[in-house]
Amino acid sequence: MSLLLTTKLTKHFGENRAVDGVDFAVREGQVLALIGSNGAGKTSLVNLISGLLRADSGQIQFRGVDVTAESVHGRIRAGIARSFQLVNLFDQLTCLDNVALSIFAREGKARKLFSLARRYRGIWEEAAEVLHRFGLDGKARMLAGGIAQGERKLLDVAVAYALHPRLLFLDEPTSGVSTREKAPIMDTISSIVRSQGITAVIIEHDMDIVFNYSDRIVCMHQGTILAEGTPDEIRRNESVTTTLIGTPAS
Amino acid sequence: MTAAVLSGEGRSPVKVVASAAPVVVLLWVLPYVLAPYKTLLLTYGLVMAIAALGFNLLLGYTGLLSFGHSAFFGVGAYAVAFMVKYLDLTSMELFIVGATVASAFVTALFGLVCVRYTRIFFSILTLALSQVLWSLAFKFFWVTGGTDGLRVPTPRLLGRAVAASEDKTTFLVHAYYSYVLVVFLACVALMWVIVNSPFGKALQAIRDNETRAEFVGVQIWRYRWIAFMVSGVFTGLAGALWVPLNGLTTPDILYWPFSGEIVFMAVLGGFRTFSGPIVGAIVFNYLKTYAVGFTVYWQLLLGVILVTLVLALPTGITGTAGQLLARLRRAA
Repeated sequence: MSLLLTTKLTKHFGENRAVDGVDFAVREGQVLALIGSNGAGKTSLVNLISGLLRADSGQIQFRGVDVTAESVHGRIRAGIARSFQLVNLFDQLTCLDNVALSIFAREGKARKLFSLARRYRGIWEEAAEVLHRFGLDGKARMLAGGIAQGERKLLDVAVAYALHPRLLFLDEPTSGVSTREKAPIMDTISSIVRSQGITAVIIEHDMDIVFNYSDRIVCMHQGTILAEGTPDEIRRNESVTTTLIGTPAS
Repeated sequence: MTAAVLSGEGRSPVKVVASAAPVVVLLWVLPYVLAPYKTLLLTYGLVMAIAALGFNLLLGYTGLLSFGHSAFFGVGAYAVAFMVKYLDLTSMELFIVGATVASAFVTALFGLVCVRYTRIFFSILTLALSQVLWSLAFKFFWVTGGTDGLRVPTPRLLGRAVAASEDKTTFLVHAYYSYVLVVFLACVALMWVIVNSPFGKALQAIRDNETRAEFVGVQIWRYRWIAFMVSGVFTGLAGALWVPLNGLTTPDILYWPFSGEIVFMAVLGGFRTFSGPIVGAIVFNYLKTYAVGFTVYWQLLLGVILVTLVLALPTGITGTAGQLLARLRRAA
């Protein structure tokens, strides 16, 4: 059974059919890559599933439950989390605070008004442990706005990971970082995701990353799904290479 | 640096109390050292510091600039005046309870409308709603006393009234000052706990990045609404403490320039630090009083100071002092 299933999911912006009747499925435990040229509808699809956008029509089922009308908060509680293409962090809070806030929210403690945050030792320890996993222990006390771009990308994922998601969307986790940094970032993310059995959907433009780190690939084009398959199948798919590169594979 | 002060999992309460103790002792002995008039000014300053502290929960910690806090201050003051006029009450403790309930009710109502918006829209909405209250106080003169306002006699503190032999100024300078100081310290302690609570962290997260805060599961609207209420109640409480000191409440305190003064206090002291609004309120109070005595163009003088402050010292008095201290430490 699919962990996530969308049926005829549609989102139009005026004349622009950003997502056009998409049937998209993600199986549990999979690391799936979502590829396509700019404007193909990848981020819009993720925005619809994560709740940032409301669908015009169609249905989103997560773990067999219809979450189409759920709020962002409801979807997070159901187990859907995401990182962002443009890093979205709490820049004036420390890296430790960034992760701790996810844990406070996950545990339903963020609304505690009259008790000091420092009293929740277990949450701070868990936040430190998460930072350690992502190789950011040395940055714990630094403001999130003051660390390097690659570290910010990792922290962005760490904040989402700390929510204990069943399904994690990673929107271009290596965009804006140097080529040299991409593999270490993806190695870190991939090892954490796979070791924890988290199902992940990676939106990525870098084909090396897509082919090296995913189990399955879905290619989008003009708001629809153009092709779907294993990395080898997609590599050999003529319509995909034509769409993405402009010339058929030789 | 200053942002880091707002952040972190928080300083130990023991260390905070230890570092604040000398200031508390100083505030306690000042009435015995200062001339009565200056102590009265300090009392006004402490009262306004409670309002500024509440205001800054929105500006400094939630990223919402309210131009309508005069409304909550006025609600607190008028609640006390109505309790005197219609219920013939004189107990300061009942005044505080009444003002707290009234300001909580009004902020809850205003908040339902305002916190759905941010930036200029939020500021304008708070401004507009405060002007509605101002016009009600202005027009319903048979209830509010109109421009003449409502008189509030010196209250009983913990059941104790001004003794027949005691002059009112002495009562205000000693008994009432001590009362205000205790309430002020309680408010500071409570606000410190709030901004260092998980809820306080969530507010700072909303300030920094609303979208991300939503995507870690913080319910933005609800958190802003609660912050708005807490902020308004602090300001309403300040209004309740202010009115016996002033002896009279008029629609002036509901008018928008009064909201501007609260903004000024936070900017003057530094809205990015916890203590900034407190320092700003006390300094502003002296500044305004002496500016009024110094020139008839006192508003112009305050305007020049505000412009200079924003351009030269954007982090306010405490922010600048913190930076200088850090520089001195590095040099040592």
